[in-house]
Amino acid sequence: MSLLEVSGLTVALPPGGDRPNAVEGIDLTLDAGEILCVVGESGSGKSMTANATMRLLAPGLAVRSGSIRFDGRDLLRLPEEEMRRLRGARLAMIFQEPMTALNPLMRVGDQIAEALRVHGAGNDAARRVPELLEAVNLPDPRAIARSHPFRLSGGQRQRVMIAMALALEPALLIADEPTTALDVTTQKQILTLIREIQQRRGTGVMFITHDFGVVAEIADRVAVMQRGRIVEQGPAAQVLNRPEHPYTRALIAAVPQGHAAARPARSVSTETILQLSGVRKTYHRAGGWFGKGVAVPAVADADLVLHRGETLGVVGESGSGKSTLARCVIRLVTPEQGEILFGGTDLRPLSRNAWMPYRRQIQMVFQDPFASLNPRRTVGEAIAEGPITHGVPRDTALAKARELLSLVQLPPEAMNRYPHEFSGGQRQRIGIARALAMEPQLLIADEPVSALDVSVQAQVLALLTDLRERLGLTMLFITHDLRVAAEICDRVAVMQRGRIVEQGPTEQVFRSPRHPYTKALLDSVPGRGWVPPVAHGIDLAKSE
Amino acid sequence: MSAFLRRFARNRGAVVGAVLLVLVIGMALFAPLLFPGSPWDMAGAPFQPPGEDGMLLGTDSLGRDVAAGIAYGAQVSLIVGAVSTAVALLIGVALGAVAGYLGGWADDAIMRFTEFFQTIPSFVLAILLVAIFTPSIASIIVAIAVVSWPPVTRVVRAEFLSLRNREFVQAAEVLGKRPLAIVLTDILPNALSPIIVLASLMTATAILLESSLSFLGLGDPNMMSWGFLIGSGRSVIRLAWWMSVFPGLAIFLTVLALNLVGEGLSDALNPRLRKRGAAH
Amino acid sequence: MDASRLPGFLLRRLLKSALVIVAIAICNFLLIHAAPGDPASVIAGQSGSADPQFMEQLRHQFGLDRPLHVQLGIYLRDVLTLDLGFSHRQQMPVATLILDRLPATLLLTGAAFLLAVSGGVALGALAARRAGTWADSAITALALTFYATPLFWVGLMLVLLFSVQLEWLPSFGMSDPGLDLHGPALWWDVAQHLVLPALTLGLFYLAVYARLTRATMLEVADQDFVKTARAKGVPEGRILRAHILRNALLPVITFAGIQAGQLIGGSILVETVFAWPGIGRLAFDALLARDYAVLLGVFFCTSVMVIVLNLATDLLYAVVDPRVEVTG
Repeated sequence: MSLLEVSGLTVALPPGGDRPNAVEGIDLTLDAGEILCVVGESGSGKSMTANATMRLLAPGLAVRSGSIRFDGRDLLRLPEEEMRRLRGARLAMIFQEPMTALNPLMRVGDQIAEALRVHGAGNDAARRVPELLEAVNLPDPRAIARSHPFRLSGGQRQRVMIAMALALEPALLIADEPTTALDVTTQKQILTLIREIQQRRGTGVMFITHDFGVVAEIADRVAVMQRGRIVEQGPAAQVLNRPEHPYTRALIAAVPQGHAAARPARSVSTETILQLSGVRKTYHRAGGWFGKGVAVPAVADADLVLHRGETLGVVGESGSGKSTLARCVIRLVTPEQGEILFGGTDLRPLSRNAWMPYRRQIQMVFQDPFASLNPRRTVGEAIAEGPITHGVPRDTALAKARELLSLVQLPPEAMNRYPHEFSGGQRQRIGIARALAMEPQLLIADEPVSALDVSVQAQVLALLTDLRERLGLTMLFITHDLRVAAEICDRVAVMQRGRIVEQGPTEQVFRSPRHPYTKALLDSVPGRGWVPPVAHGIDLAKSE
Repeated sequence: MSAFLRRFARNRGAVVGAVLLVLVIGMALFAPLLFPGSPWDMAGAPFQPPGEDGMLLGTDSLGRDVAAGIAYGAQVSLIVGAVSTAVALLIGVALGAVAGYLGGWADDAIMRFTEFFQTIPSFVLAILLVAIFTPSIASIIVAIAVVSWPPVTRVVRAEFLSLRNREFVQAAEVLGKRPLAIVLTDILPNALSPIIVLASLMTATAILLESSLSFLGLGDPNMMSWGFLIGSGRSVIRLAWWMSVFPGLAIFLTVLALNLVGEGLSDALNPRLRKRGAAH
Repeated sequence: MDASRLPGFLLRRLLKSALVIVAIAICNFLLIHAAPGDPASVIAGQSGSADPQFMEQLRHQFGLDRPLHVQLGIYLRDVLTLDLGFSHRQQMPVATLILDRLPATLLLTGAAFLLAVSGGVALGALAARRAGTWADSAITALALTFYATPLFWVGLMLVLLFSVQLEWLPSFGMSDPGLDLHGPALWWDVAQHLVLPALTLGLFYLAVYARLTRATMLEVADQDFVKTARAKGVPEGRILRAHILRNALLPVITFAGIQAGQLIGGSILVETVFAWPGIGRLAFDALLARDYAVLLGVFFCTSVMVIVLNLATDLLYAVVDPRVEVTG
């Protein structure tokens, strides 16, 4: 008998949704000591499946049919009080957002002790809490137990969550995207931790993720979900290397390869278009009325060279200063030191007015497709706005906007519609069109694909690659994802704590990294050992 | 726009509030037609209970028609409510926009100033201002505006601060738009919903404040107001309950209407919140 | 916050409060000079009866014949030594008048505040817990009603019902002057007199707190850590108390600080209606007599009360929320 057997699970969406059921006819089994990855894009119903198993569905969502048998008992038919006694004791769950998953007013030790206490094991708390914190490799467990969550980093909080989930040695752990909000190096540590504990205790793990790299790293078996259904299920090696369902194949084909060598090197000119030297930006955090302020260096002595037609990737983890650096170049942030030479002119000391001509030459594509368009302006206005500001007649600018829409593969009708009528990928195309309307020489792309699903990500990357060839664009490409950088960048610069620690041709940096941090980053890329099979004849554009 | 109306109409309370509000506005506009002559003039015998002597709501100690007083009082309440809210919005939006958009020392200075005004007991300050500058409709409006702008500043500042760092505002900056153009076309339109909701609630509070001031004898001596009616009925409440009860009901219904409309606007302008609330 | 950081925090807040008090004194001074007419007549009260010799004496006493900044200096020195001027109407120092009346006002506002907070939080929590049911609708409707009713009118209606019609409770003053009561009997009499004014003043703020508590509880209930608690098997009752309510009370504490000023302002109306012998009633009498020295004194004194209350809520917040030192 399996530890967990889900059969025919159907959860209805409230009326008015895009489909009648969130998940439909789900069949899953999970054995003790096994890791099952449930993988799919946003909206595929993978989290819903996890929540239904814990009976923690949001109000308004109801299980329509099916059963979830755990240890032979159907969880869906248990009285609420009995289900509560199972939660935390026999079934445990960890979540995606470690920053909000802990009660901000309660010491973390108390929160772990609470898990013990509500299941009648409170007497052991004083001894068990430090033990548990130690088991998840947190330094100085006693001090951590006394801390409030806001004092801990995201990775530390996720470890606390894991310690709490494992407090009563549950038979089943459900992990809902537990590493998505974390940096790659932290992700690697958490994945290793989960794997280790699971093997030591023989826990069954249902691991929800959108990332095939993570799947390759951790899964024993895989279930692929699409629009509320499981389309393919099987042992990890089989699903990853010999996917059968067309959707699985398309998804795997869209995974950025992360192998720069596979791509022929592009020829670029040696003409320097942008040169940064000694750029420094420090943030001052105010200390209130009488408190002392704190200086936080965001970018320290950054040197960079960008040649015409080239794409330079700036990679690093959150807080490394890569976005601040990009914002310094485009004067969204004013650096206090250094030179930013663009075509021979130092942009740093220029006034707002003196900057105006350069606004046409340097443009930017933003990260969040939902926040980067003014919700109250039509798409046409958004694209034409820049040229109109710079004196282009309205009619000309609107005509140009229509052309640009077709360039980014959107229909001309999009002109008069509002941003909320478009999907994330479409909005990102609108953002690209808005930047291109200025006919820039240099395009700064700040994490342009990291908010997108993997299949959409592949399309937008393909679009950017195509445009840079056609328009001869020079690009400064900011990303945290090394696989994406490998896909599109000619050269990369690696940033850590505000400093550029290594830069060079992508292939060279990835193949033989010199700096230890670069090595650590590359080692942390999930699914390093897995080479995705090349898919043939699958048209990704249709799946959006 | 029609989607907005549909969402507004779905809230039954809001519709009731809107109807009530239209009735009060109608009463204020048509007071001279409904009750020709001054509301200060004697219309019948003193202390007539409601319904007698042709007086729908009775008469006061000087034989003045309470119903006429209420109709004319609506004028003062609405004028004071609307104008003082407009003035407070003007001050609050301007300060909040500067603080939220510029940040830095300007933000610091403006927020200290706002905090200071929030510390002062506002009703006491309003009394003091009206008393010192002698009661008149102008001094009442100024006093109410002076004590009601701080919440506007706070709301507008918070909105501006969050919108200022939104990527579409940064995109506008990158396109080279002038700061004033960014504020007017990108930030302000997106900050309007909470301001509109706040305005309806502030009008309600202003009407309450005006009635409180005139209850204390600080109303414009030339204009009939609801607070004055209740104030003059206070000492004879054992004798003539109707003198206090009906004007109070008028205040209650008007303020309630504005609050209901405010909630309806809030629901209609923030459909997201509404959905979340309904999910519980 | 850590107990070790509390003294520093307290010191900073005290300094800030002192600055605000000085600012309010300056505000007072400006009001005297902004008033139309001679500042001396403002201080004396616009009676027209004040004789020229007396006015001259006033001018000299307040240094009105000297430059403005010197006058400000004198005024600040006076105020900070608790000399709030002299009421020529009542022939008493303003500070003495106010101190005499202070206990009555503190009793009234304190009782109203306790009623408003305890009742409001309880009703708000109940409404949030039962969101969408008839109990929620009833509480929400009740809160909206009190929120929309003018304080003084509620007072009058309560008098009409409980004093005039039912004759249950007294409607006037703080105790019965006809009886010479002492000890527990006096306290009982005061308590009876307190019921209606405290209810009048408290109901409006009870509505405010009920609405606020309901809204923040629903918001907190939606947060991730509540789901975490559920996932570890915490019973619903404990989730409500230990996780939701504790977090939802933070905005209520902040609001209580902001509301303090309104509560004291409201007491002017309530004391007027019920002839409660506090500083609100004092202010109303001063208003009728155009006794500006007393009015300004009441304004200053109530402002200081609000500052003290704000200080208290700030401290309470700092004790409850460990994150305070990071953001403040």
